[in-house]
Amino acid sequence: MYKSWKTVQPYILALPQTLVFLLFLIFPILMILLVSFWEFNGYTMVPGFTLSNYTDIFTSDVYLRTYLNTFKYVILVWFFCLAIAFPVAYFLAFHIQNQKLQIILFLICTVPFWTSNIIRMISWIPVLGKEGLINSTLMSLNLIQQPIEWLLYSDFAVVLGMVHLFNFFMIAPIFNSLMRIDRNLITAAEDMGASGWQILREIILPLAAPGIAIGSIFIVTLVMGEFVTVRLMGGGQSASVGKLIQTQIGSLQYPLAAANAVVLLIVTLILVSGILRVVDIRKEL
Amino acid sequence: MAKLSRRQLIRTGLAAGAAVAVTRCANNTNQAQAPSGTPNNPATGPEVNTNQVKDVTLRMIGTGVSQINEIRDKAQEDLGFKIDVRALSTEENNQIAITQPGQYDLFDGEYFSLPLVVPSGNLQAIDVSRIKEFDKIVPIFTQNKFDGARVEQAQGTYPYRVMYLREQGSKEFATEPTNWATLIPFQYNADTLGYRPDLIGSTKIESWAQLFDPQFRGKTSILDIPSIGIMDAAMVVEAAGLMKFGDKGNMTKQEIDQITDILKEQKRNGQFRAFWKTFDESVNLMASGEVVLQSMWSPAVTAVKARGIDCIYAPLKEGYRAWGGGVGLSKNLSGIQLDAAYEYLNWMLEGWMGAFLGRQGYYSAIPENARKYMTPAEWDFWYEGKPAAEDMVDPFGKTLEKKGAVRDGGSFKERMGNVVVWNSTMDEQVHLVKKWNEFIAS
Repeated sequence: MYKSWKTVQPYILALPQTLVFLLFLIFPILMILLVSFWEFNGYTMVPGFTLSNYTDIFTSDVYLRTYLNTFKYVILVWFFCLAIAFPVAYFLAFHIQNQKLQIILFLICTVPFWTSNIIRMISWIPVLGKEGLINSTLMSLNLIQQPIEWLLYSDFAVVLGMVHLFNFFMIAPIFNSLMRIDRNLITAAEDMGASGWQILREIILPLAAPGIAIGSIFIVTLVMGEFVTVRLMGGGQSASVGKLIQTQIGSLQYPLAAANAVVLLIVTLILVSGILRVVDIRKEL
Repeated sequence: MAKLSRRQLIRTGLAAGAAVAVTRCANNTNQAQAPSGTPNNPATGPEVNTNQVKDVTLRMIGTGVSQINEIRDKAQEDLGFKIDVRALSTEENNQIAITQPGQYDLFDGEYFSLPLVVPSGNLQAIDVSRIKEFDKIVPIFTQNKFDGARVEQAQGTYPYRVMYLREQGSKEFATEPTNWATLIPFQYNADTLGYRPDLIGSTKIESWAQLFDPQFRGKTSILDIPSIGIMDAAMVVEAAGLMKFGDKGNMTKQEIDQITDILKEQKRNGQFRAFWKTFDESVNLMASGEVVLQSMWSPAVTAVKARGIDCIYAPLKEGYRAWGGGVGLSKNLSGIQLDAAYEYLNWMLEGWMGAFLGRQGYYSAIPENARKYMTPAEWDFWYEGKPAAEDMVDPFGKTLEKKGAVRDGGSFKERMGNVVVWNSTMDEQVHLVKKWNEFIAS
């Protein structure tokens, strides 16, 4: 009796979590999958079975182009986030000895999250616009005659906006990895005459890899589904898969939007599993 | 996507329960069967009536009047029952109207959404005989007449086309006036291009075609809402002589393909600075000088002016693109709640609300009723197109126009009479959205 209770116990403990996942994650995804095979009659969806939503996606070059454009954002945002996050995390982890100061500086990294992301986006407009801060400064210094237009409503602005939004998701896991590195390893390497560059390459980078991988997963999943930044910073002229789905939902074409969501989910899962193959993040957890 | 969250399930359940309870109670008192005051149902004491109506709460979703709390407060005060409003975007409004009928009692939406909403069967026909001043409503809506002006030939989802149902319970639009209406109008307007006279140089803006003028390359914008944006694009393309349409308001697949090709080419050439989706975006684009000429909504022009920036709402020779908003009844309404809803519809036409909206530049379904609540100077400025005899102040206390200013485009007759196209839902809506996405992605 007691023994069987022991074996059941973990299952019972896991039950609430499982139910929550089933109800709020698995069930909605199954609904989306189901709806993606339904038909659309011009104003609402009709239960049925059709593959036309999927054939539309795979035969039209619009979707291909939109996916390529989204991948472009993913790669650029990932690259710049990493390029900024690693030095920041490195500085916080290795150069700030005072723990209190370390925590304060880390919290400062979260400042952008204190306001809504829409406000953070909109606040870029007076900076980057034609009559904005940068352009008017450059013009008054006589460095340019015409305002630089690609600062706003361009791919540059979209990537800038997303790096601004998501950078912290890269900083936090890398910082976490770096803090776990045994300082004796570095001392030992120094004692054996390794240069700073060698220490970084041979010790710190490999040990930070799980953090980088976790950050990359955050960035990839966030950017793949992004539509608000793409619309506001791209001035509505840039396309992403998320924005495409949003437009379809806006005109009530739920089945087509659902099919797109399913494809997007699969593509994102492939990307994430690719990252997991390269780096074993279990070491981190 | 069946958006059935737990919360909505409970809410719908509660609402349905409440509706059942209310209907039962109402039936018991023998009130719902015959109109009050008729021999079968003699009018009861006034206290009973007021007490019952006091317990009624009407839930309203919408994009127009629902956005303004002052109107709700005044209606509650005058009518004695409660109104809960939920302000939504056009897209959300249609989504809820179609997919969540249990969520609302009154639907405040635009006429062009009706070809989508009515087939869902979620609205009930409005009994025209219970709308006291129905005959006084501007005939654009009720008869498609306007003193022979060109609005009578307007294309698109013009209100008259979707104003009446064949019979009570029908999901099909009638071609002739019947006793069963879809929406009772309360506000409408004529839209056109707005521009910044200080940034546009000496050029005069007189035609829609100028949106594609190479002179304004990288300084123009249009709306990124397919149903509305395509109509503005159609006005531009037609005015520029780039293509002709059988019916702009109901394009064929080939016409949609052709117009999106033209739009894509313009985009490639860098004609557009940005596309906007919300009111605020259009105001910011214009006020910041990012854009000097763009499709705009009337209050957006006012909002730009209110920041002290000059902005003109250009009367164009090809005419205006119009839109109209009205309130409809949910199929859930019955008994005393339905009575209350009719009271609201009648109150809406009575004039106070028309005047309130009129001070922001919208037109009222019964202008002469709105006039009762407007000062002569306000009436002359907003409806007659005469110079403002005093500063024009909106209902929120903001000065919109200085003394002596004249409304762009002139009088009510001139502006509404020159409407040539209305916001539209086309038969090829699915194809349109697909091509529109292509244009955005290109």
